[in-house]
Amino acid sequence: MTEHTKPVSRYTTAARINHWITAVSLILLALSGMALFHPSLYFLTYLFGGGQITRAIHPWIGVVLAISFLGLFIRFFALNFWNRDDTVWMRNLGAVINNKEEGLPELGKYNAGQKLVFWGQSILIFLLLGSGFVLWDTYFASYTTIDQKRLSAVVHALCAIGAILIWIVHVYAAIWVKGTLRAMTRGSVTGGWAWKHHRKWFRQEVGKP
Amino acid sequence: MSVLQALDLRRRSASSVPPPASGKPAAVAVAKLIDVSKCIGCKACQAACLEWNQLDQPIGYTDGSYDNPTDLTTASWTVMRFTEYEHGDDLEWLIRKDGCMHCDDPGCLKACPAPGAIVQYTNGIVDFISDNCIGCGYCVKGCPFNIPRISQTTSKAYKCTLCSDRVVVGQAPACAKACPTQAIYFGTKDDMIAHAGKRIVDLKSRGYQNAGLYNPQGVSGTHVMYVLQHADKPSLYAGLPDNPHISPLVGIWKGVMKPLSLAAIAFAGAFGLMHYVTKGPNKVTEHDEEKAAELAGGDRAGSDRA
Repeated sequence: MTEHTKPVSRYTTAARINHWITAVSLILLALSGMALFHPSLYFLTYLFGGGQITRAIHPWIGVVLAISFLGLFIRFFALNFWNRDDTVWMRNLGAVINNKEEGLPELGKYNAGQKLVFWGQSILIFLLLGSGFVLWDTYFASYTTIDQKRLSAVVHALCAIGAILIWIVHVYAAIWVKGTLRAMTRGSVTGGWAWKHHRKWFRQEVGKP
Repeated sequence: MSVLQALDLRRRSASSVPPPASGKPAAVAVAKLIDVSKCIGCKACQAACLEWNQLDQPIGYTDGSYDNPTDLTTASWTVMRFTEYEHGDDLEWLIRKDGCMHCDDPGCLKACPAPGAIVQYTNGIVDFISDNCIGCGYCVKGCPFNIPRISQTTSKAYKCTLCSDRVVVGQAPACAKACPTQAIYFGTKDDMIAHAGKRIVDLKSRGYQNAGLYNPQGVSGTHVMYVLQHADKPSLYAGLPDNPHISPLVGIWKGVMKPLSLAAIAFAGAFGLMHYVTKGPNKVTEHDEEKAAELAGGDRAGSDRA
């Protein structure tokens, strides 16, 4: 397919680096966390150099993720507030899933699905950080009771599974909707992609609202 | 501790495979019986424990009571807990030897994520295998008695082994051997229950109407049991749990959550794959590109494409 317009800039270099630091930390956290969550996945600890190192390094990667995600949050939260078009979009989720999104309202930089991914991960990472500190015995064992640690273990595992599920949706959406991934690799999308998926944002970008 | 060759395993932490059966009959269940009514609080058991297990308890601080050290540590696997129990005009000194209870259904083993870091031998002894321990502290969350301690220096968990290395060669635990009043008995679990029965009859004849055996069924019984003067109120004895059981939170965390979580992840992956196979990718068409160019106006292709 030929592109008829200049590439439309979607993410700055800094935003892309910020995103990929978050992405790599999240994947490492999922691998090390799953290793300690389910015995059948304990072999994943070998990726990190054994059980002791996996246990020791997991919370530090968590700190990197929390700081990195905070950067993403500050960059993007203002673009992720819910509006009436998002409700319409969600009501027509079936059409979206069937690749028939033509009749839906024009969207700004993010659609409702992306917004839900954003807020879902924001809430879950906040809870994971809080419960993670309670479980980080090396430094914080004496600050909480055993009952609080038990509750945190359950909350941490639940939120982690939630975050992994959202991550799967996020990654699949990038595979499914062609032309999306280059926004996070090269920083730009084609005009056709912007027009098709985020027309309101595209209008703003080309200065023709 | 390391795994004892002469004893078979009944349970092994984080392992879905059953322990290998050697063909020989399962070992007889053993138990330690601590008769609180005979304890004089001399701490010979603590000294014997340190000596046999070659542990070094650093000098600490007193909290004004006779508890010394004030809590279980990575070196002190047993601690005498002193309670002054006042009722009416009477004062009783209740002295309980605290330490691992060797639950028949061990919460520590259930919670442990490291394969083989906690084992239960066929004789009922629950042992930490330091080589496999990763120091995560999950055993602390699983234990209903607040027993395991994680070392800040070695990042491993420690607790009473019930002298598994002595028991396996037919010796009684070091603490039982050292006790000057024979308040600590060791033998088969059946024998210990029978002996406790006699002690309880004796205590009742001396006016302790509520004397009884502490062998809590919430954890399917324990391989360390107490004879208590006030078995109706175990919590009198420095907070011994009245009805210990593995926390339901640990049950969820280590039970239904594990298969359900993996199933949810597998389902999400499968759903994505099936969606791609049936609905196909969402592609930008030539028409979309033309409409974009139309909207962008002067920004036509070829003007300054990189």
